[in-house]
Amino acid sequence: MFRRLPDDERDRVVLTFEDERIEARRGDTLAAALLAHGRMVTRETAGGGRGPFCMMGVCFECLVDVHGRGGGRGLQACMIEVCDGMKAGRHRTQSSDEPEGAA
Amino acid sequence: MKRTQLLVVGGGPAGLAAAALAAQRGVETMLVDEQPRPGGQIYRSGGFTSSTLDRLLGESRRHGAELVTAFEHSGAVYRPRTSVWHLDPDGEAGLLVRDAQGAGASETIRAERIVLATGAMERPVAFAGWTLPGVMNAGAAQILLKSSALVPEGRVVLAGSGPLLLLVATQILEAGGRIAALLETAPRNMNAAALRRLPRAGRGWREIARGIGFYRYLQRRGVPVHFDVDGLVAEGTGALGAVCWQSGGVTHRLPADLLLVHFGVIPVTHATRAIGADHVWDQAQQAWRPRLDEFGATSVSRYAVAGDAGGIGGAQAAEVSGRLVALDAAARLGPMSRDERDRLAAPLHKKWNAATAVRPLLDALYPPPAFAADPADDIVVCRCEGVTAARIREAARRGCTGPNQLKAFTRCGMGPCQGRQCGPVVQALIAAVHGRPIETIPPMRVRPPLRALSVGDLARIARADSDEAY
Ligand code: FES
Repeated sequence: MFRRLPDDERDRVVLTFEDERIEARRGDTLAAALLAHGRMVTRETAGGGRGPFCMMGVCFECLVDVHGRGGGRGLQACMIEVCDGMKAGRHRTQSSDEPEGAA
Repeated sequence: MKRTQLLVVGGGPAGLAAAALAAQRGVETMLVDEQPRPGGQIYRSGGFTSSTLDRLLGESRRHGAELVTAFEHSGAVYRPRTSVWHLDPDGEAGLLVRDAQGAGASETIRAERIVLATGAMERPVAFAGWTLPGVMNAGAAQILLKSSALVPEGRVVLAGSGPLLLLVATQILEAGGRIAALLETAPRNMNAAALRRLPRAGRGWREIARGIGFYRYLQRRGVPVHFDVDGLVAEGTGALGAVCWQSGGVTHRLPADLLLVHFGVIPVTHATRAIGADHVWDQAQQAWRPRLDEFGATSVSRYAVAGDAGGIGGAQAAEVSGRLVALDAAARLGPMSRDERDRLAAPLHKKWNAATAVRPLLDALYPPPAFAADPADDIVVCRCEGVTAARIREAARRGCTGPNQLKAFTRCGMGPCQGRQCGPVVQALIAAVHGRPIETIPPMRVRPPLRALSVGDLARIARADSDEAY
């Protein structure tokens, strides 16, 4: 879905997203690293998976759980940077989400 | 509690220009910004060198760097990765300062004056399938390019309208990417139609020529451009698989991996609504904006607004308005006389007028599409809480008269985005059900925290507050 420009010479950073090893670049937001890796889904709702939509902190669709951070409430993957050894996974939203058509 | 004379919220062109000038003029200034580096979305950078990005972003990247350098030498205090979660009438601001991986610490600061330079966001338009992974804002793709040197790849479709959509399209091509189709919601003869409606259009010829140039360029590069696009649908199970639309009386379907949408930009009014400032409905831009005087002062004492957060004017105008707000702050806070303020402001007001002269034309050329105001019943409007258009219409029919009441009826707008994505659509839906003009439906009220906080954040804030007591 996204590829890196060839002259991007930043250091490599390795993180884990749900047991998948993801190689990113230093300074990437976690959302950018996941998208560059082809992972479009960052959050689960009763209505299905969701992924980063705005990349600027206003949509909250990129919520992830980062091991040891955020107290389980979900962090915006587009607002945090990757670091070596980071462990993260999809955030599961517990809300009044209803499957489409349930109204 | 820490103090500063001037607090500037937002590190885009308006905030940077405001903070730099205020600090240069002897006002003790602090700028807080949510991003890790200054520049805002327009001058966003990943802080690394890339000759490809220099070539793609050209003048804009250079100008952004200049603005940042001027700010860094101004003496203003800079606080990156800092969110404002609370603002009060006495100028007290609750800050949440995060490290790179999101762990927060809270802090309170008291400012004599606060400038809100929170910028713009892409206009949310709810269409079928817009919640599917693989559907993103075009501006999001541009942010990925600027800050992470990422280029869209695979079967990429762009849809919507506006200068940014065209700019993103050309940047993708120039970065070596491919575009399967560009779906323009404006009519093909848009330029002629808009010109007839606009007596002031004479000033906008360059802009029109640029627009026409963009379409020509895209077509020359083999990108199919469809005009007058209606009935946009993103299809797929689990993720985007295809894009459907109607144009020229024909229904089209194109397999796609990535759909980038853009329907213009609107002011980010979260903070101005939170402080209870007066807002006006901007008919041409189809958005709320705070009511401001010619120096950006809001209806709430101590608070001013600079840049696109006060009405969409673009990056150039934002920078100028930042300087105007800074002059006013310097005059109010001491170091500058009113006469000097007015003398320095006169050429800036002229510049601002020149920079915004083209806006009416752009608004007329690229209006939000008709389908923006009328999503089908099964479309999810509130992405956070999964509330469909049908449920909002039903609540409106049962007597719900505005977005604030709607929260109680449906939880629409109560998720973590706090109505940032659904607010504009909800307003249009309720207005339509009641057959009332859209501007009579008030925007959603904003209550603290202005940012969704974690339990840990709240605990730290409570602890910091009780420490203050001793
Ligand atoms: S992608 Fe919208 S908040 Fe992160």
